[in-house]
Amino acid sequence: MKDIGRILLQKKPFSEIMMGNTALVRAMIEAGVEVITTYPGSPTPEIADAARAVLRHENPFYFEYSTNEKVASEVAFGASLNGRLSVVFFKSVGLNVAADSVVQFSLLDLKGGLVIILGDDPGANSSQNEQDNRHFARMAAIPVFEPSDPQQAYEMFLEAAVIASENMMPVILRMTTHVCHAKGRISFGSRPALKQDQTPSFRPEMGEYIPLTSAVASMKKRSMLKLEKVRQLAEISSFNYLIEHKSKKGIITCGLPSLSLSDLLTECANPPDVLVIGIVWPLPMELICDFCARHEEVLIVEELDDFIEKEVKAAAFDRRLSLTITGKFEPDDFIGELHSQNLRRFINSKWPELGLGSGEPASQTVPVLPSRPAQMCPGCGHRSAFYAIKKALKDDDITVADIGCHTLGYMQPYQIGTVLLSMGHSSGTGAGLSLFNEERRVVTFLGDSTFFHAGLPGIINAVRNNHNITLIIMENGTTAMTGHQDHAGSKAGDETGFKQISIRAVLEGLGVKSVSEVDTYNQKKLTASVTEALEHQGFSVVIAKHPCMLKLTRENKRRGIIPERRADIDEELCDRIKECISRFACPSFSIDKETGAVSVNPELCIGDGSCVQVCPVSAIGLGQKERGNE
Amino acid sequence: MNEDLRFNIYMSGVGGQGIGILSEVLIRSYDNAGYLVKGVDTHGLAQRGGMVESHLRVGCTGGNPLIEPGKADLAVSLERTEAYRAMSRYLRKGGVLVYYNTLWQTLGVRMGEDEEITEEMIKSEADLRDIRVYEIFSDRLPDIRMQNIALLSGAVRENVFTGISCTDVASALRDLFSGAMLEQNLDILNCG
Repeated sequence: MKDIGRILLQKKPFSEIMMGNTALVRAMIEAGVEVITTYPGSPTPEIADAARAVLRHENPFYFEYSTNEKVASEVAFGASLNGRLSVVFFKSVGLNVAADSVVQFSLLDLKGGLVIILGDDPGANSSQNEQDNRHFARMAAIPVFEPSDPQQAYEMFLEAAVIASENMMPVILRMTTHVCHAKGRISFGSRPALKQDQTPSFRPEMGEYIPLTSAVASMKKRSMLKLEKVRQLAEISSFNYLIEHKSKKGIITCGLPSLSLSDLLTECANPPDVLVIGIVWPLPMELICDFCARHEEVLIVEELDDFIEKEVKAAAFDRRLSLTITGKFEPDDFIGELHSQNLRRFINSKWPELGLGSGEPASQTVPVLPSRPAQMCPGCGHRSAFYAIKKALKDDDITVADIGCHTLGYMQPYQIGTVLLSMGHSSGTGAGLSLFNEERRVVTFLGDSTFFHAGLPGIINAVRNNHNITLIIMENGTTAMTGHQDHAGSKAGDETGFKQISIRAVLEGLGVKSVSEVDTYNQKKLTASVTEALEHQGFSVVIAKHPCMLKLTRENKRRGIIPERRADIDEELCDRIKECISRFACPSFSIDKETGAVSVNPELCIGDGSCVQVCPVSAIGLGQKERGNE
Repeated sequence: MNEDLRFNIYMSGVGGQGIGILSEVLIRSYDNAGYLVKGVDTHGLAQRGGMVESHLRVGCTGGNPLIEPGKADLAVSLERTEAYRAMSRYLRKGGVLVYYNTLWQTLGVRMGEDEEITEEMIKSEADLRDIRVYEIFSDRLPDIRMQNIALLSGAVRENVFTGISCTDVASALRDLFSGAMLEQNLDILNCG
């Protein structure tokens, strides 16, 4: 069996099959990165998995899961001030959290250099929006590399790290979902010897590190000069390339869309010329304008916003170039990932004369297929919680969701948590919903990792102003949605030296008067606790806790513990009320489409038993697994 | 090795069925056989009992890891509903579908709002579009989490993976597993 940690640590050049996220860790090792920080978020958490796999063998770098993206960025920043080459990575919307600090980075000399890896998510595969973070980069004067595949992600990281440390500046590597997760055989270079110099080299007298008032002007000028230096590098970057067909038409593109494009252009009798650029901020405008000057019509193919397009149009206007530049116009042009299907629609709507086919609608005859959205796992403590909480709620109570697995409560059949913004928003949004509102009670939800990440300011606000809301903290002991990373409230391992912070103690320390703690499998007690909390005037909290069962089941399996029990239905007792299906909705229950009989799918049931108390006629029992009986 | 082979494999299933392992075994099998190969899995929210998919592209297909709908040569699905979805969305006319014949009902089906997908529905749609269908099922698995390897094994025996042999798959399994797990999986694969 291959051990990814050992593979990534090899001294000599090698090649191996891996995804983009994993390849980045090898790039970090080759570049001599010393500090890596993150807050978990799709599509980037596998970078952390690979980094931790390395640390099981050697310590070429320091790694931490920080409390949130802002703290992660600050830890990496601090380390870079001391001369450490540092990396911080997080998902697209993580940059919103980090931005308050990140926008200052370019004003300061980051001695060791700092690379920010962003996991942008065109298509919102696992995010609440599809924000285009190139805008942030422009505002913050930070260069952006945009790779199209894992090999390029690795190579671009190496170059980004050199630019960052030579110029003492931040550089962004903008990954997108299907570059993070794309897999293939990637070729790597050799691993240099570890840097020996551990001297903390921060010297405030050597530079200006207080960006305030009159100091800002000179700092900003310095950052703009650095950016211009990077633009000159962008002009001659080996990541730019030109595919010439001697056409009067040209396409300018970058990143993953450049690969979709090359797929589609194989269908073209007279393909246009294509210019692919590697650094998308600052843009290599000499190269681009030279390309424009040699074509009559240019189409800009980029994902999400018209970022490159606006820049190219402005530059062409300044240089009085006479050509037609086409880009985004219709709302659809700004939406979704530019995979082949979307790109086909885009090109056909702009340049029908290219003669791309309309694509193959795979089937004309198929009926509407049953949808299968994400849902809570079998045995999930959140399911028990929502089932019990629903009994304490009135139909017109207002429920506010936050980010995490419990967000899935908005779906059928629970329909709890019906407004969502961002990490930690729920207490603030709930407080607003409670104003001028005597009739409808407000219940807000928050995950435990999110409690520490961004939940506290909203809670403190609710305590201070005594907002009349009930907060239910869904505590499962882990950052579950992104793959079970520890957070500040997670149980501290024996040898790790981490401190476990008690949510209850924090709340009591803040002076919250009404706090109760209930295991969500104890449904009656949870219903009673929520009912009681709702009667409390002012701010009240219920901690609804149960360990993440997906995590627990996996850990047990690794230890060789296989569940011995599973739920079974007593056919005699079952009245086909279907409470277990229509209200509790554990996916382990199946229904016979002919007879309507309820059964348990042995492939799904984990034998947790949280469903037993749900059945009004006590038809659900916990038996030995069938295989054991055979 | 066939220098001209261009082969698109679309895989699907339900979160928790082990599609990640399936795609990892296949990408390594093709790599072992000397092919240029790339792919991409869906990660993230879809892992919570939602639909999961994986794309694999074999041969010099350019760098794009994603298959365009209607352009897969082979669809491999771990569950019947997802097999039907894979066939209707991704498989080309004249392609091949191989699926593990188990059913994880969707909420809509359980609530009586959606129609359950049957073997017959798959067959009749396949006939309309000249698609060859292979159903795989085993009632002798030591652990249901080995359905992915059982499907792989059945599919290898039906010769649906153009360009690779059972030994390529076996050596891919050796890359990914060790100990009793490896032995069990090799046993299910049963190259003979």
